[in-house]
Amino acid sequence: MLAFLVSAIRLGMVFLFGSTGEILTEKSGHLNLGTPGVMCVGASCGCFAEYLYLKSVGPFASPVLAILVAVVATFAGAALMGLLFSFLTVTLRANQNVTGLALTTLGIGISDYMIAKAGTSFGRASKYFTASLPFADDLGWFGELFFSHGVMIYLAIIVALVCSFVLSKTRVGLNLRSVGENPATADAAGINVSRYRYVATCIGSGISGLGGLTFIMDYLNGNWEYCIDAFGWLSIALVIFTVWKPNLAILGSIIFGALYIASSYITGVSFAGKELFKMLPYIVTIIVLIITSMRNKKKNQPPESLGLPYFREER
Amino acid sequence: MATAAIELKNITKTFGSIVANRDVNLSVNRGEILSILGENGSGKTTLMNMISGIYFPDSGQIFIDGKEVVIRSPKDAFDHKIGMIHQHFKLVDVFSATENIILGLKGKDKYNIKESAKKVEEISHKYGFDIDPNKMIHEMSVSEKQTVEIIKVLYRGADILILDEPTAVLTPQETEKLFKVLRRMRDDGKSIIIITHKLHEVLSLSDRVSVLRKGEYIGTVETANTSESELTEMMVGKKISLNIYRSEPKDCEDRLTVENINCVSREGVKLLNSVSFTAKSGEILGIAGIAGSGQRELLEAIAGLQHIDSGEIIYNNPKTGTQDNLRDKTPIQIRDLGVRLSFVPEDRLGMGLVGNMGITDNMMLRSYRKGKSVFLERKAPHDLAEKIISDLEVVTPGTETPVRRLSGGNVQKVLVGREIAAAPTVLMAAYPVRGLDINSSYLIYNLLNEQKERGVAVIFVGEDLDVLLELCDRILVIGSGSVTGIVDARTTTKEEIGLLMTKGKGEEK
Amino acid sequence: MENTKNKKSFSFHIIKREQTVWYKGLAIRAAAVLLALVVSGIVITLLTDKNPLAVYKSMWSGAFGMDIRVWSLFQDVAILLCISLAVTPAFKMKFWNIGAEGQVLIGGLATVSVMMFLGGKIPLPLLLIIMVVASILAGIIWAVLPAIFKAYWNTNETLFTLMMNYVAIQLVSYFLKVFVKTGSGVLFPMPEFGFPVLFGQPYLLNIIIVVALTIAVYIYLKYTKQGYEISVVGESQNTANYIGINVKKVVIRTLIVSGALCGIAGLLLVGGTNHTINTETAGGRGFTAIMVSWLAKFNPFFMVVTSFIIVFLQKGAQQVSTDFRLPQAISDIVTGIILFFIIGCEFFLNYKIVLSKNGKEND
Repeated sequence: MLAFLVSAIRLGMVFLFGSTGEILTEKSGHLNLGTPGVMCVGASCGCFAEYLYLKSVGPFASPVLAILVAVVATFAGAALMGLLFSFLTVTLRANQNVTGLALTTLGIGISDYMIAKAGTSFGRASKYFTASLPFADDLGWFGELFFSHGVMIYLAIIVALVCSFVLSKTRVGLNLRSVGENPATADAAGINVSRYRYVATCIGSGISGLGGLTFIMDYLNGNWEYCIDAFGWLSIALVIFTVWKPNLAILGSIIFGALYIASSYITGVSFAGKELFKMLPYIVTIIVLIITSMRNKKKNQPPESLGLPYFREER
Repeated sequence: MATAAIELKNITKTFGSIVANRDVNLSVNRGEILSILGENGSGKTTLMNMISGIYFPDSGQIFIDGKEVVIRSPKDAFDHKIGMIHQHFKLVDVFSATENIILGLKGKDKYNIKESAKKVEEISHKYGFDIDPNKMIHEMSVSEKQTVEIIKVLYRGADILILDEPTAVLTPQETEKLFKVLRRMRDDGKSIIIITHKLHEVLSLSDRVSVLRKGEYIGTVETANTSESELTEMMVGKKISLNIYRSEPKDCEDRLTVENINCVSREGVKLLNSVSFTAKSGEILGIAGIAGSGQRELLEAIAGLQHIDSGEIIYNNPKTGTQDNLRDKTPIQIRDLGVRLSFVPEDRLGMGLVGNMGITDNMMLRSYRKGKSVFLERKAPHDLAEKIISDLEVVTPGTETPVRRLSGGNVQKVLVGREIAAAPTVLMAAYPVRGLDINSSYLIYNLLNEQKERGVAVIFVGEDLDVLLELCDRILVIGSGSVTGIVDARTTTKEEIGLLMTKGKGEEK
Repeated sequence: MENTKNKKSFSFHIIKREQTVWYKGLAIRAAAVLLALVVSGIVITLLTDKNPLAVYKSMWSGAFGMDIRVWSLFQDVAILLCISLAVTPAFKMKFWNIGAEGQVLIGGLATVSVMMFLGGKIPLPLLLIIMVVASILAGIIWAVLPAIFKAYWNTNETLFTLMMNYVAIQLVSYFLKVFVKTGSGVLFPMPEFGFPVLFGQPYLLNIIIVVALTIAVYIYLKYTKQGYEISVVGESQNTANYIGINVKKVVIRTLIVSGALCGIAGLLLVGGTNHTINTETAGGRGFTAIMVSWLAKFNPFFMVVTSFIIVFLQKGAQQVSTDFRLPQAISDIVTGIILFFIIGCEFFLNYKIVLSKNGKEND
């Protein structure tokens, strides 16, 4: 049971990064279906940078620097993808769905290519990421549950809390939300809609990218076993599940993590039946989607202009 | 007299060939309420938009406290402490009142919703507003939303407030409340400009009234020294002879009887209030009223597009002699009853036609269902398109050019042409000449007359009283969703209709 | 009103084009494809240090080098085209069905199940008919569910259909584990229950079916009453209501058509090509098809061209990766590049940029 919870948290943080980034993006009115690609590119940029760094320093790597290099490279790579998305949808006024899907195709391609170059094993780097707090072992199950995790797990929670704070408690957050809800009103209030969309999408993508890195370096212990695009789609689903709130996403992501791995921990289910269990996160998301649309409660709806372009002269 | 808070001198603004304002002069003092009175399209809103920085005048000067200023953007207006409350609110639905009020402010002070909410409360207390600063906009009534808009302007420190038709959406009680607040603001030294066309409001609220007519400045009078009839005359002007042909109605029978229909919007606002009338074959029934008084809802209710809460719509079928109730029937069900109802809606490209389709495809909108075949029949619509192009002299590169690309007059010819081609027994047209040049307008009048002579019951919603008086046989006047009178177009006067139009809910008692 | 970027003394406005002459439109698109080719060439050259010409030559040979490659090229074009045709009616109605991947897969799963359980027990023609019916029904179910919720409760169809993809994928893995007793999850192909081979060409029947479907969809959209209703609903729901179209009915009906076509694509992939199934059978085509349809402006004949260009580049890039020992992923990168160029060129089709000398005089 303990191992199950720890695992659920580790995997959950992948979703947490992914959906926190996507929430930020969606709050600006951008539905970025390129998130799977963004996460792939983020992860592979991080891994590639780590590979170069470790190769250059030989055996004398600094753990802090090792983590920093990967995190910065991930964020930068993913944010560049966000920039590409914003350029096409804001400046070139392309359709968001189509652009997002193309971004996913491109992202998966780029990341597969980079991984093919850098190899799929980052066990050494992973050690830095999974190193737990020194006193975790002394605290028994409590320590294992709360302090045994790698640095990315804590970073994910901090990022989600910060985003939650920024969105609900700051002027910038208020302005950003108004851009996603009603860009014409925001524009009239003197808010630069395009700039907010660009910045939110780039930062959001950067954060989503960290989810990819967490998956490889923490959850898979540095073995790039399979493509992570499915986690990108699930992160988008989690955004709906947590009704666009990063703080709720912390809990939601752990639930998603638990649902995703439930199949391997449940006994008495046939080998094949486990595959059915893996459907759970998706089915839960569909049900949440249906319920929110049926209840039609204003509070829990997507940002009103989500997916819609805004050009002042075409009002 | 002290220097005016804001003064306009010889302001002129044109849009293409249309003159929206010509040599307008206005001034408002501190601690004064000025009404700007005028019919639809008299240029009131355009004028105010120039003060609030949305448009820039072609010529003329604006003075604030005696100094000439240039207002190029809403921000400039705000810097001069001018705030405008538009008819269409600019609010984010899922935000609270306070959040909306402080949106976009670049405060040096810390972002603190609680502090801001306190300040909002202070303002509302000072002027007697009644608002919960933490209430969400989507949970608010229209009047509360309006309050938020007003406080938004006050929060930004505005001294000159412009309100565009603020009472159009309010109940009489809410209007009274708003006026109380406005008076208090006046006593506090603010200058208030209110755009309106309701005479009783003008008389009860304002200190002075400036009247615009067709973009021209007519004059300013002290409210204390004027009367309803003087203002009406200033507003509607002398009757101009347009020489629209009008024949005597022949063989009139009751075609469509509307009995006591009531209609309430989703927000609970009464859109139609016990509306009753009869449209007769072989005559044109005009509908006059201030824009947004329920004309659209009335026509859409008849066409089966608007749900009716109570009342009946009875159609007397001339062929079978039966009476059919059209209430709560879909457009298809109405057609299947054998009712030949044509409808030229106000929103030509958004409703009557599909902008991205050619004329042929737009002709098919009415006729494509004909026949059992699964395939479309394009020959007849194409012929019809060609016929309309040649009969009505539609200027277009071809039958396949998207109608969106045609000029307004040509778009309307296509739409009216299609609706007439269906050989209707009832023809409803909402503002069919809006935005059209003189020649196209006369063409439309002729078409309506032709239909009338064929025995069609024509319902014509118009805004120009001169046209209504010359074209129609009877005129139904609608005010705030109620019928305020049905008059004979041959004997009535503009003043009479003007007075009926401005009779709002406030005067029913 | 103005969209100016005042930097120095000049500014540029972006103006919506009223109309693009067809040859200009064609030229802009051709330029985009050409530019995409050049950029892909440069990218590959940078990664390989090979002569760019050799890279292009290798690409060409990957697509047209041998008979078998040409057949496989056309087969892939056919499948992609089929899925693109499937998503088109929904898109034309502005219904964002991005669940084609799942709808195809579930159609394939239905086909493979019929082959498993009825194969050899009933005559082949009957089996084929049951396969067709089963795959179409499965595709319809997968598409119509989101449509019903969209029609009645306005449930977001983009996310609903997206989730349905993964439900389908998991169903496929489930049944693979059920079907394959060894537990390997790999189902051996059953070509004996597949489509008949015409003139010794295994893909010919698929291609013929898709050609027929292309024409059928073109006719459906352009010449039938239902196709006309789709256009009206897509252009303006207000107008649709005004003339008495039942919008809910049209949404559901159109998604039935969409789902059925996706089911057929699944049938072609399983019954006509692989004779087996795995979770990668749709292979991302469901997503690529969305772009094909969008970029072809919903015209089935343009879709032939778009899907051909994309498949050609993918095949070519695969050959390049083999010839120069590059990772297979290069083909996805090339696809991504070309998609972005075509998406980006839309802007120049719809807008023009006007430079004006003094940026101060506007309005």
